[in-house]
Amino acid sequence: MADTLTLGHRNFTSRLLTGTGKFASNEQIRPMLSASGSEIITVALRRVDLQASPQDNILTHIPEHVTLLPNTSGARTAEEAVRIARIAREAGCGDFIKIEVITDMQYLLPDNHETLKAAEILAKDDFIVLPYVMPDITISRQLYDAGAAAVMPLGSPIGSNRGLEMKPMIQRIIDTSRLPVIVDAGIGRPSQAAEAMEMGADAVLVNTAIATARDPVQAGKAFSLAVTAGRMAYQAGMAGSSHRARASSPLTGFLQE
Amino acid sequence: MKIRLNGDETHIQALDLLALVKARNLDPSSLVIEHNHTLVRQTSWAETRLKEGDTIELLSFVGGG
Repeated sequence: MADTLTLGHRNFTSRLLTGTGKFASNEQIRPMLSASGSEIITVALRRVDLQASPQDNILTHIPEHVTLLPNTSGARTAEEAVRIARIAREAGCGDFIKIEVITDMQYLLPDNHETLKAAEILAKDDFIVLPYVMPDITISRQLYDAGAAAVMPLGSPIGSNRGLEMKPMIQRIIDTSRLPVIVDAGIGRPSQAAEAMEMGADAVLVNTAIATARDPVQAGKAFSLAVTAGRMAYQAGMAGSSHRARASSPLTGFLQE
Repeated sequence: MKIRLNGDETHIQALDLLALVKARNLDPSSLVIEHNHTLVRQTSWAETRLKEGDTIELLSFVGGG
């Protein structure tokens, strides 16, 4: 049976979600998607800068087969997140939404309370709701009850490339969640993505680490391989570790005996 | 007339949304417009008349994570 990631009514082969932020050139997005195999990519909604010259349309760089995941970045309340989500859907971006509500501007950590309120409203409104949250098993359960399609705990602060600072809490969510767990934010290296997948995460979302690599296309491929390796290791059921040596060759029948 | 455009009080000459887009030299393909808190599809821009005190948000999708 194919190993698919199910979000709402949709199945995906790739377990690597990507983002469109911070690319030196938007021209890099299409080949990055191709190299990484990512099937879901985030975009943001902003006011047009009326003083600036016309900007490149990001949507023209995303192939049709890739699912758009608009985020609600910039929202400070549930109401603002709901408004952004509805604009994105009405603008033709589909029914996936990454809820991102941030009130802490120093670390850009998500506001779980407002996020849950937005998730309740948007799930009732038939969105496929992917909420970005502080890792917490209670919010994970509440999001399941609210009808979210996944829970997206952060590894470390957005764009920090610090990896799985929240590892123990993420493990507890993986162990208890009835929703797919997508580790979002802070994953800075393929090895960290593999680590999250080995732990049993269902997917990871990587933006900064790919977009700001010297070669984002090669980085996309590296993350893809890491996610696949981590997933396979999880499915293989890796053995535990020990402080002491455990001989891998027999300790009997030595030639000098 | 005076409207609220992307959060700022602004004087405009345009009488409908399409005229406003043209006057501002914006790329229609990437534009999302809210008129008094309601999204207006591109096919309806020409028939969406503007009046004093309207609130217009000119939005677009950008790179983000």
